Amino acid sequence: MAIALQNVNYIYGVGSGQEYHALKNINLEIGDGEFVGLVGHSGSGKSTLIQLFNGLIQPTTGTITWDGQDISDRSFSKRALRGQVGLVFQYPEHQLFAESVLQDVEFGPRNLGLPNLQVELRSFEALKTVGIGEELLDVSPLALSGGQKRRVAIAGVLAMQPKFLVLDEPMAGLDPEGHEEMLRIFRKLHEEQHITIVLVSHNMDDVARYAKRLLVMNHGEIVLDGTPAQVFQYAEQLQQIGLGVPQSMALLRRIEAQTGEQIGSAITPEECADVLYRWLEQR
Amino acid sequence: MFRDITIGQYYKTDSILHNLDPRVKIFATLVYVISIFTFHHFAGFVVAGLFFFAMVWLSKVPMKFLVRGLKPIVMLLVFTGILHLFFTSGDVVVQMGVLHITKQGIYKCVFVTLRLLLMMLGASLLTLTTTPNRLTDGLEKMLRPLNRLHVPVHELAMMMSIALRFIPILVEELDKIMKAQLARGADFEEGNIIKRLKNMMPILVPLFASAMRRANELAYAMDARCYHGGQGRTKMFPLHYESKDIAAYLIIVIYVVLLQVVCRIFAF
Repeated sequence: MAIALQNVNYIYGVGSGQEYHALKNINLEIGDGEFVGLVGHSGSGKSTLIQLFNGLIQPTTGTITWDGQDISDRSFSKRALRGQVGLVFQYPEHQLFAESVLQDVEFGPRNLGLPNLQVELRSFEALKTVGIGEELLDVSPLALSGGQKRRVAIAGVLAMQPKFLVLDEPMAGLDPEGHEEMLRIFRKLHEEQHITIVLVSHNMDDVARYAKRLLVMNHGEIVLDGTPAQVFQYAEQLQQIGLGVPQSMALLRRIEAQTGEQIGSAITPEECADVLYRWLEQR
Repeated sequence: MFRDITIGQYYKTDSILHNLDPRVKIFATLVYVISIFTFHHFAGFVVAGLFFFAMVWLSKVPMKFLVRGLKPIVMLLVFTGILHLFFTSGDVVVQMGVLHITKQGIYKCVFVTLRLLLMMLGASLLTLTTTPNRLTDGLEKMLRPLNRLHVPVHELAMMMSIALRFIPILVEELDKIMKAQLARGADFEEGNIIKRLKNMMPILVPLFASAMRRANELAYAMDARCYHGGQGRTKMFPLHYESKDIAAYLIIVIYVVLLQVVCRIFAF
């Protein structure tokens, strides 16, 4: 179950005189079980790119295939695709609408035409995954706290049991605890259910810690693609784009600059601690 | 999908028409729309049409852009045209069963369609060349005398500018919500009318919730900046007439006189 984009271009407002070339010649393949971090500053084309994944928008030119099938084919079921490629938008809590939490979560699986029992089972499971307790099932989603709303909204997508999950800035505006909790949920989904995850974020520390592959976008192009360790080699280029490197790495660079010694490289705080410990021991 | 609506949109460019005082433009549009209904001879359309095209040329707004804005009202134009064509009594020209076309019908059909067309185009030229802010500023100043009659002119103008400002925001929000529900497998094109209305709920509830939230936030933000209505409020860009505005008023007067003269000549 891989998604592949070939020579994809996307232009907003074709023929309006105010055209905007949002995606330029994108070639990309995301395979089974990957955990991809998608980074880029605002307006770099991230949001446009992820809307192509489940056919919400059609590329101006180029083809997109899911599992080898062209998704723009008339015979290809968009609804089935959306069941398999889950997309969680920014601030998903703004899309809650039903009278109760459970009903809202059931909306997705019900649209897939599943039998009642399946719908309920999947919804309960999804709510459990995001840590929403039974006591909240019959509560109006609008009465929940911000963090709870966010989790219910994500459960609404998870209940469709997608094989491929795209999350646009899912941690935006959450408190530190909610932030960590959210990341733990995604890691669990990835490790236990082997769901492919694409995490869109501004936060280099988050993607450095969790993603196994990083895609860096700038002005509608994918400029860097590789493991976090590979991508962060291009610290200067990242700085120019306005993204920077994880704080652990920045810290080590700064110590190196001040002491004039080679310490090593680290991406996560844990690695950073190890590297610093070894360096201090040597001294 | 809702972004194609150009009525009420602003076309950003630098032109003589863009830089005129909004009051002149509001007055001109009003006069123009009324003038379209004052003549009964085809020569009137030549004058009114030429004046309109001259204004479009001055405004630097591409004709293509103006025409695209007409899309939503094409059905209305066709419908009124057909009604007038077939349901006007008079001298029968063509007879098709129960339907008949009369000389007066053809005349009315052409006149009504052209009048509606010029009216819509004229009005959209106003919004295309004037930002909503300038438009409400102009209206506010024009209606200020009504303050004496205890009409809350400033508040009405403020409400109008807020409403206008929120249209694109809500359209964008609507687009986002629709996409989010589509991503959850929603379908808005399936079933009969009742089912379709029911299918709208997942869009309407979040849209209203968001409108309420935004209204609330805006109210707090205005309050935090000590907004207290129009009393003693000054403008950042006060409106002043310049020589080009006076010239514009003169041109409008000349247009009206010319239109009347031409129509009188041809009426004989």
